[in-house]
Amino acid sequence: MSVADVIIAIGVIFLAGAMAMTLIRMSRGPSTLDRVVAADVVVAVVIAALAMEAALNHHTSTLPIMLVLSLLGFSGSLSMARFVADRDKAKKWDVPSSAPIRSERSKEGT
Amino acid sequence: MNPVLDIIGALFLLLGAMLCFAASVGLVRFPDVLTRMHAATKPQTLGLLFVVVGVAFSLQNLQALGILLLVVVLQLLTAPVAAHMVGRTAYRTGQVRSDLLTEDDLADDLAAAGFHLVSGDEDEPEDADGESSGSGGTGGGSS
Repeated sequence: MSVADVIIAIGVIFLAGAMAMTLIRMSRGPSTLDRVVAADVVVAVVIAALAMEAALNHHTSTLPIMLVLSLLGFSGSLSMARFVADRDKAKKWDVPSSAPIRSERSKEGT
Repeated sequence: MNPVLDIIGALFLLLGAMLCFAASVGLVRFPDVLTRMHAATKPQTLGLLFVVVGVAFSLQNLQALGILLLVVVLQLLTAPVAAHMVGRTAYRTGQVRSDLLTEDDLADDLAAAGFHLVSGDEDEPEDADGESSGSGGTGGGSS
């Protein structure tokens, strides 16, 4: 085991912690957009893991998968933000009454 | 394989992994969609750049360099578009914590254009475009 392998192993530990915390946010995230952002980070972590595997074993067969994943993350988050997250009307931040615009036109009947 | 270049590449990969870790810490701890996006774009651009440079150092291969360059260019071109769409949707659906903002120029511009952003439960949070000529501004009590 060379020095480079040890350094890559330390990086794998960081990636495992990153993936765990990102999945925590993805499961807990209050709105759809939080989950979309977390999914972007998941894709970035997977790309980094594939790159580490390629560097560890000195082969190039995972590089096209990195290419596909970078495009997949783009189209996934774009379509989610454009078409799905608009329906997410249930979640509202509670806005204080000193906010500049949100506080007007608050319906009294509700 | 050159062991010195291997170690340099592994250090770049470690930097990329640490950026991923920092982004996930930010995702867990930040309070808002926009601030979480601020954290999440770190491994998408700079972290990916570090990772790709690390792989290029450790592979030492020209064909691999072409594919890696394509990965970086495509990611740098597409990440701002996706982030723009996510931020736009976050603002339009009212998921921005406006009490945490120090400056909200878009709200000022929308108010000057006569838009209202309703924070009720059942209302559309976007615009009341029938009133753009009458009540231009944030005139309260328009109902």
